[in-house]
Amino acid sequence: MTSGLVERHISFLEALRAAGLSVSLAEDLDAVAALQALPWDDRSVVRAGYAATLVKKQTQRPTFDALFDVYFPRMVGDGVAGGRDDDAADSGVRDNAEALAAFRDELADALADGDQQVMLELAAEMIARFGAMPGRGPGLSSWSAYTAMQRVAPSELVDRIVQALMGEGRLDDEARREAGRRMGGFTAMVEADARRRIAEEKGPEHVANVAIKPSIDRLDFTAARRSDLEQMRREIYPLARRLATRLTQEHHAKRRGPLDFRRTVRASMSTGGVPLTTHHKPKRPHRTELVVLCDVSGSVANFAQFTLLLVYALRDQFEKVRAFTFIDHVHEVTEHFVPGADPADVLTDLAASTAHAALWGRTNYGRALVKFEENHADALGPKSSLLILGDARSNYSDLHLDVLKRLAGQARHAWWLNPEHRRHWDTGDSAATRYGEVVPMVECRNLTQLQEFVHDIL
Amino acid sequence: MPQPSSWFSSPDDAATRLAEVGYLADPTTATTAYLAGALEKPLLVEGPAGVGKTELAKAVAKVTNAELVRLQCYEGLDEARALYEWNYKKQLLRIQSSQGSDQEWSATHDDIFTDEFLLTRPLLTAIRREEPTVLLIDEVDKTDVEVEGLLLEVLSDFQVTIPELGTVSAVRRPFVVLTSNATRELSEAVKRRCLYLHLDYPDAEREREIVTSQVPDLEERVAVRLVETISRLRELELKKAPSIAESVDWARTLVALEIRELDEKAIADTLGVVLKHASDQTKAVKELRLRA
Repeated sequence: MTSGLVERHISFLEALRAAGLSVSLAEDLDAVAALQALPWDDRSVVRAGYAATLVKKQTQRPTFDALFDVYFPRMVGDGVAGGRDDDAADSGVRDNAEALAAFRDELADALADGDQQVMLELAAEMIARFGAMPGRGPGLSSWSAYTAMQRVAPSELVDRIVQALMGEGRLDDEARREAGRRMGGFTAMVEADARRRIAEEKGPEHVANVAIKPSIDRLDFTAARRSDLEQMRREIYPLARRLATRLTQEHHAKRRGPLDFRRTVRASMSTGGVPLTTHHKPKRPHRTELVVLCDVSGSVANFAQFTLLLVYALRDQFEKVRAFTFIDHVHEVTEHFVPGADPADVLTDLAASTAHAALWGRTNYGRALVKFEENHADALGPKSSLLILGDARSNYSDLHLDVLKRLAGQARHAWWLNPEHRRHWDTGDSAATRYGEVVPMVECRNLTQLQEFVHDIL
Repeated sequence: MPQPSSWFSSPDDAATRLAEVGYLADPTTATTAYLAGALEKPLLVEGPAGVGKTELAKAVAKVTNAELVRLQCYEGLDEARALYEWNYKKQLLRIQSSQGSDQEWSATHDDIFTDEFLLTRPLLTAIRREEPTVLLIDEVDKTDVEVEGLLLEVLSDFQVTIPELGTVSAVRRPFVVLTSNATRELSEAVKRRCLYLHLDYPDAEREREIVTSQVPDLEERVAVRLVETISRLRELELKKAPSIAESVDWARTLVALEIRELDEKAIADTLGVVLKHASDQTKAVKELRLRA
């Protein structure tokens, strides 16, 4: 490797580490060995080599890809000018209403065809023509995916794409989904190209520091965008299944009851009466009832949905699950947890029924707790565990700590999950510490923390 | 510069040779398989069930004329089943037969801890073989965490320490493939020693090639429609998305039933081959508007 490449290799690794991938020295050396064994003329081969040696977890792959594109860009500047760029140059003007309309037509056709290569080229062209933010002197221009997206507004093309897809014989819903996905893919390409160009001017470190999102399992529930939420929701069912499998395995491993004398002696026959292996009777499993009390007000709605969905998916791990949602009034949602139902449907039902949880519309923990004690106190018993989900922001109303104390006293265990960062607790109307003194409060901001918590309590 | 490797000479070589035995690898898979051979590092393959993780190991063994040694992991797998075990019964017989003679105990002791009484299990077998070997450690996520510790020595240095015999090192490094469905996160230590490959469902074009290569009797037109339907099903967030194995099964079913046209009725009638959950079938019927 020549010295420039070593530099780039090392700063690429540094960026990966900064983004949360644990890349050890051993893996670093593996990557170098892999690059030496591979031909360099194909960028995808280099990417595959780096990925095989450095990424050991699929959820980290998007982060890796984004950083790889920044450090090892697909092309420099406008690249080798293709035919389409010449056309634009011929007409003289690259950015006016006419050019915009022509570009949108071209984009609509490309999206309807779904040709990845053409879409890549168009994304690059779109940034070059409509995403430039010049005016700060030569060499200091900058690029904005946001400006480009605002000007071209590809989302207005969705209907045209849907029409084209339905023309190919697709059904309405499906065409809409497909169009949405292509649009999402194209948006990602545009953003990637803007990053590439900025990296070219300001250096990759700058982009790596400001523009790379954390991977989906480390993304805050409250900071998630629409498309992220969709992806998180897809993640939650496999997550529950992983958790359940692991829990069963761990229970089995621990399940070593008293010595089974008969089996041990029988097994010792083959070793001349020496009991080399001992056999044990299995232990009886014990399961708890779970009562979930869930704040569904706007600020924590995302978090509540994911946690409820995870609880739903882990239903089998508990003897019985009862779930209640509240804003200022308590409403039972247990009946939506139908066994075998589709998680997406469950989520829609839950969202629809949250309307019942509010009478006045402002979060009021105190009143919700009182109502819960009045109407559903029978839910809690010595076998049940109480799980409260919410940010403990109660609009400065009466907290009714005594009620919470009574409820927690009735249950076998009680926990409180708070989706806010610990540093925001007790700011403004948050009563985190005061509630936390009654019921142990845990910070739970992303899927990883949620997974850890569920694993710990079961 | 690319170094000569006894397994594959380049990523392209890996792709073409794997294709010869019917394993159609995408460029990433081919590159990673080549790297595993060239760097002599174990390869950890993760991905959903039925995308061809185990098949990859089998295909590598087939094209390189290597023997496939397979360790199927399961909960409760221990050293005795994975590495080696002393043949107690034979040892007892040996001790009994030496009781009449004048042989010293120390001589007997030396006698019973020799190769003759050693039962080698897959890991040790793979390391001791002198011919090319592909070692497949299947579903490694099913084991207990302790077994991973056992694997560490094998995977990093290709050696095994037997207290009575000393350290056995590999004469010839095997091509190691570990597969996992990611039901459990493997330890950092194991991952650090491995190359990583995430296998996912193939794109439509590749899947059609796979299906037609497995079921040559299937008409091209039906194959295209079948793959299209399968990919639509995978988008539905089902409990168990159809795998490649299920597309191939479906293709076989269609050939067996002599269905020439994969219309909505045919799909609805044979959906059981592809979807194995009642709720998944209901959802598919609803979303694809079958029997509408």
